[in-house]
Amino acid sequence: MDLIADHISHCFGTLEVLDDVSFTVGAGEVVAIVGPSGCGKSTLLSILGGLLQPGAGAAELRGAPPQDSLNPLTFVFQDFALLPWSTVEANVEFPLLHTGLAVAERRALVDDALRRTGLVDFRGTYPKQLSGGMRQRVGIARALAVRPAILLMDEPLSALDSQTRELLMEDFIRLLADGAMGAAYVTHNLEEAVRLADRIVVLSRRPGRVREVVPIAMTRAERGDIAARGKLLALQNELWSLIRTEAIDAEREVQHA
Amino acid sequence: MLDRAPRQNQPPADATAETRPVKFRGGGFIPGTGRYGGWIALAAAIVLWQLADSIALVNPLFLPAPLSIARAIYQLALSGALWHHLSYSLMRIGVGWVLGTAAGVATGFAVGLSSLARSVGITFISALFPIPKIALLPLLILWLGIGEEPKIATIALGVFFSTAISVYSGVDAVPRNLIRMAQSFNVPFSTIVWKVIWPGALPSILAGFRITASVALLLVVSAEMIGAEYGIGAFVLQAGNLMQTDQLLAGVVILSVFGLVVGRLINLLETRLLHWR
Repeated sequence: MDLIADHISHCFGTLEVLDDVSFTVGAGEVVAIVGPSGCGKSTLLSILGGLLQPGAGAAELRGAPPQDSLNPLTFVFQDFALLPWSTVEANVEFPLLHTGLAVAERRALVDDALRRTGLVDFRGTYPKQLSGGMRQRVGIARALAVRPAILLMDEPLSALDSQTRELLMEDFIRLLADGAMGAAYVTHNLEEAVRLADRIVVLSRRPGRVREVVPIAMTRAERGDIAARGKLLALQNELWSLIRTEAIDAEREVQHA
Repeated sequence: MLDRAPRQNQPPADATAETRPVKFRGGGFIPGTGRYGGWIALAAAIVLWQLADSIALVNPLFLPAPLSIARAIYQLALSGALWHHLSYSLMRIGVGWVLGTAAGVATGFAVGLSSLARSVGITFISALFPIPKIALLPLLILWLGIGEEPKIATIALGVFFSTAISVYSGVDAVPRNLIRMAQSFNVPFSTIVWKVIWPGALPSILAGFRITASVALLLVVSAEMIGAEYGIGAFVLQAGNLMQTDQLLAGVVILSVFGLVVGRLINLLETRLLHWR
């Protein structure tokens, strides 16, 4: 199943946020969306995930989702969005409650998601008892439980410290390794983008337009090699040179707002 | 771009010079609550009060001693009058509070969730909330007669507005990201209300219960003082008219104990339902 951004434009009142954005996230493909602050990355993701109606253009799906998928387009949120009154297990089960699955089937999906994210021993704990990294793991487990075709990740690591970010990045690489799931990955961190994405969509400053689409001609496994680090760093610098001037302008604009 | 400010380099510290501790500047601003301090202070105040009476420092007609009040409560309990008055008050508070709370919760949720109910409801609530509900008792007596109904209706009205406000404030305070999360999983509206909005609004709703319990107590006493033969409010007024200040204060103590018990019950409810905080 492909997810298509088809000439998407959007305004908040008189503020133009996105202007004619088009690209496709193919089946099993990871597309990172980067750009200066305030360029509409998160707005674009909300539109792609059906949480916001675009002013013009459309978010479209092409092809059938995998048969066992209970929620083909599934978000992983920056702030985790966990129910604080529910245990880890209940949070992961929450999106399954209305699916009509039998209790045993739900239990099996929850167990599988908890196992894949290393949360089995934490099933009875509450979010406030967990570290930021573990909370995001719960968010990921909840997303995995519904067997998504495409994950919509809105800066999923930005609220975490650098060590936790590194650990979760390794988890993402492992999760996305087999190509069973695609992802649209919004980030302001270019290192995350070059380590994870198959293609990087670079947006201009507000109103966000597609400035460039940069493919990465390396498998994610290859990117782990020390030999690849130089190439990735060069690519990161290239992306930064595309964004830097506009990031400075965007920052000043935000300060004056 | 950040530019370095022009300044002289710091000279290195003399390694042989005497060290001095860094002055502690934190602390304070976190008042603690002692476990027994409050009870000891209360007991001390009662003892002083009793002593003041024993040495005839105060006229017992104006301020009877704690032991006299305790004796009055005991005699009231023994004669059955205590339960008789209390049962009337409890019935009025119970029925009025339940009716007002049920209507307030329903209205609060409607105002919190529906644009139409919000635009209509907030206008009405804002206009009617500031009215002292006891002022409506004469009108309610005209409408509903001189039985229990007007007293119960006064309590229900008082409880209704505070409950409605605390419920829709609670609904408004539910983090939007949780609702968006549920929508992103195609969770149906009713499940979002029951599994996200209700628990999210519960802290505010329970805080509202604490307020409405005291509103109900205030209104029952006022209503009973205006037009009732039985009830703690009527009993207190009657005792005052007869200059039986020990009986009067016995009624006040019973009201205070009732308030404490209700507060304790709400604490228990909060501990049970909001353990996740």
